[in-house]
This record gives sequence, structure tokens and C-alpha cells, in this order.
Amino acid sequence: MTVNVSVTVNGMRHEISGVEPRLLLSDFLRDTLGLTGTHVGCEHGVCGACTVLMDGHSVRSCLTLAVQANGSEITTVEGLGTPETLNVLQTQFREHHGLQCGFCTPGMLMTGEDLLRKYPLATDEEIREGLSGNLCRCTGYQNIVAAIRSAAALRRENA
Amino acid sequence: MKPARFEYVAPASVDAAVETLLAANGEGKLLAGGQSLLPLLNFRMARPAVLVDLNGIKELSFIELRGESVVIGALTRHREIEHSPLIASRLPVMSAAMRHVAHLAIRNRGTIGGSLSHADPAAELPMMAMFYAARLTVQGPAGRRTIAAKDFFVDALTNCLEPEEIVVEIEFPIPQHDGWVFEEVARRFGDFALASIAVSIRRGQSGIEDARVAAMGVADTPLRLEDVERRLCEIEIDVRMPDRFCEWVRSSVSPNSDLHASGEYRKHLLGELARRALKTALAAKGDRR
Ligand SMILES: Cc1cc2nc3c(=O)[nH]c(=O)nc-3n(C[C@H](O)[C@H](O)[C@H](O)COP(=O)(O)OP(=O)(O)OC[C@H]3O[C@@H](n4cnc5c(N)ncnc54)[C@H](O)[C@@H]3O)c2cc1C
Ligand code: FES
Ligand code: FES
Repeated sequence: MTVNVSVTVNGMRHEISGVEPRLLLSDFLRDTLGLTGTHVGCEHGVCGACTVLMDGHSVRSCLTLAVQANGSEITTVEGLGTPETLNVLQTQFREHHGLQCGFCTPGMLMTGEDLLRKYPLATDEEIREGLSGNLCRCTGYQNIVAAIRSAAALRRENA
Repeated sequence: MKPARFEYVAPASVDAAVETLLAANGEGKLLAGGQSLLPLLNFRMARPAVLVDLNGIKELSFIELRGESVVIGALTRHREIEHSPLIASRLPVMSAAMRHVAHLAIRNRGTIGGSLSHADPAAELPMMAMFYAARLTVQGPAGRRTIAAKDFFVDALTNCLEPEEIVVEIEFPIPQHDGWVFEEVARRFGDFALASIAVSIRRGQSGIEDARVAAMGVADTPLRLEDVERRLCEIEIDVRMPDRFCEWVRSSVSPNSDLHASGEYRKHLLGELARRALKTALAAKGDRR
């Protein structure tokens, strides 16, 4: 059995036929659409590397079937900014040295985007709670927290 | 591609979903948020022949006040419960518990029907169903029936549903209480709890008139501690009350040891949380809804 998936990814519409329903959204993004910015770590929901936005809410793409994204709008890390025009959160990750190997970074950024929309992030405790579902093996988290703290402060200034 | 092959069906109504389950002859599986089922599919620990996706059934997604109860549709996401003003004002203990349910991206997808059906002994929503004495309405080939939470949770990861039954909505009667607390300790924020307790009380002239106590992480299902509730209402409020409460709670559970903690530690922890919780509940003088 195969299905058709029509989905808008980073503003671009895709109509893909012949999709097996068991195809995960993470594999669909990486293998079918060639968007390898979304990383795949554990494939069972624990590491957060595969986080993308679906209709504006962060989701684990490894715990979502591609067919379930039918009709929805997906944003991946490729949709946040370009190397020349990074978005606010990306700029803060660069400023604060919020990444080392970069494996966790797409998931951290997509989670950060959703956290910034939903929570005031007034304290580090709140930021750390928000990041509890994303694992980083390099940075020790300090600089990731600093980057998000700073992005939240910038957002408050501009509000 | 991690999961084994399956047929995918996305029915538009509960009736159609029940039909699909019937036709699948015991080989069908419901998909709600997928936050517990997808890991099982990815590990191939579950290999259903037919996956019945409930996400297209919009009428399963609601939170509403009905008489003296709050009723929640089975497909309502954790995020919607977490941010609902109605839940915050009428079921404040549930509101407080939602922060502890997993992580943001998982709360965005996970549903109350899925969480209750999955029946993890350390999950917050099954505990809340016990705490509020919730009633689950389920639909199957023979129509609808209502199941009390205490009959729904049979064992760890086991509910009492027939293979073709679907949880449709859950009714939470609103307790008239004035002090409440939810306490939990997990290894990492958002992880499943090592132990957790929920307490809510209504104070009368001389003592506690009505009490609710539920615990989890300390047995194969979440527990409501009705004996402890009764004893709380029998004694006068004094400084020794939290200590006595701690002892009663400890003596009413006998948790097993596992990878995450010894049974003895869980029991100790639950007692401490109980003591802390009752102190806070007693300190709230009717201003905590
Ligand atoms: C990393 C991680 C951490 C987590 N931490 C926590 C935590 O701390 N606390 C917590 O409570 N949960 C936690 N969860 C689980 C999460 O809350 C799930 O959302 C929930 O357990 C299942 O809900 P779901 O809607 O995703 O159900 P699904 O995964 O879609 O389904 C779960 C089961 O229920 C059945 N089912 C679904 N809907 C119905 C229905 N309406 N009627 C009958 N059967 C149905 C399915 O067939 C399946 O067997 C965690 C999950 C992950 C991946
Ligand atoms: S790859 Fe999806 S959470 Fe780890
Ligand atoms: S930067 Fe290497 S895992 Fe986070």
C-alpha cells in the first residue's frame, strides 16, 4: 500500500506519490526531499535531534508518519534563515557559542523557536525545563541556555 | 524506514474507526499522538497489520464544562490541557501536573486518550484520572459504555478495553476543595516520575472535611489512597498531622525495585513528598481555588 503526501515545507509545496505509510517524517524530509538539516539520533523520541515545526508546533519527526503530515505546513532548520541572513535565535547561537559538533543544533533551534513562542522564558530554570527533551553531548548546555536567554531578552526588547 | 509494513486507514468518525478495527480482526491498532506507539513501531515491538489513525476525527478534540464536571475529548493534546484556562480554574491539580508530562514537542502531539490507554504506571494523566475519580466513555461494536478509572487500569501498560473499543471522552467531576498540591520527583525534568503525589483538601471548622490523595510510580497502576483520605478527616489539624500523613502514605504502598530506583527509596521519597504536600495544602487558606 502506498499513499500520496502533499505538504508545504519551508514555504515550498511538494506533492509526492507512492509513499509507504510506514515512512517516518524524518526519513521523508531527509531522503525523499533531500533536506538533511533535520538530524536523526535515537529514532524513538528521546534525543530531540529530529524536532521540526508542524503547523507551528514543534514535533518529533521520528515519532510522526510522513502521511500524517499530509496537508500540513512543516518548517525545518533550513527554513529558519540562510548563512547570510540568520534569524535571531541562530545569531544568538553563534554569538554565544551554542554549538560544537552541531549534531543536536537543528533540534535545539526548532525547540527554541517553539519555546520562545509559548513561554516567557524569564528564568534559566524555565529554559532548562524547556530543553529537557533535547540532548547535547558536547556543550554542557550552558551556552545553549545563554543563547536562548539572550534571544528571549531580544524578543522582549522588540515587543 | 523503521516500522514493519502496515495498512494505514484514517477514518473520519468514531463509528468508522470501530468498523475498521472490527474488519482488522484483532490485527488493528489505534494511532493517536503516536508518542508511545511510534517508539514501539520503530523498535518493531508492535507490528499491527492495520493502523487506524484517529487524528482526522475532529469531534474527539475538546475541553468543556458539563454540569459539575469537566469533560475532555480523547484526542485533546497534552498542550491544550496544559494551557486551558478552564482546566486551570476547575482542575488545578491536573493543570499543575501537565508541566511534568514529557517535553514540549511530545506534549504538542500526545493525547489524553492515548496516555490513559497506554496506562504507564508513572504517567501523570492516568494518575489524574484516579485522583479525580474520572469516568471514561468508550465506544465499541455494541455501542457506548462508561468505565470508572479504577476499573480501567488493570496492570502496568494494561487497560480493560476490548480490542475494538475506543476511548471517546473522559469526565472529571470537579471537587469542591480549597487547598491542593502536586509533587513529583523525576531523574530529569519531563521524564517519567520516580514518585509523585497529589493532595487536595477542603477545610472545615475544626478539621479536614474532605480529602483526595493519589500517588504514582509506586505500584503497577496509579493509586488512590482512600484509607489515608478517610484518616485525614478523622483527626484534628495540628503540627503533627503532616508527619502522621507521611507515615500513613508510606505504609499503604509497597513499590518494587527497578533499574531507576529501589522500592525502599521510592517509598521513602513518596513519604517525603506527602509530608511536603500536606503542609502546603494546609497553608492554602481558601485562596487556591
Ligand atoms: C521521550 C518521552 C518521554 C515521555 N515522558 C512522559 C512523562 O513524563 N509522562 C507521561 O505521562 N507521558 C510521557 N510520555 C508519553 C506521552 O505522554 C504519550 O503521549 C502518551 O503516553 C500516549 O499518548 P499518545 O496520544 O501519543 O498515544 P499513542 O502513542 O498514539 O497510543 C498509545 C496507545 O494507546 C492506544 N490508544 C490511543 N488512543 C486511544 C483511544 N482513544 N482509545 C483506545 N486506545 C487508544 C494506542 O493504540 C496505543 O496502544 C513520554 C513519551 C516520550 C517519547
Ligand atoms: S531522532 Fe527523533 S527524538 Fe531522537
Ligand atoms: S553540539 Fe554536539 S551534540 Fe550538541
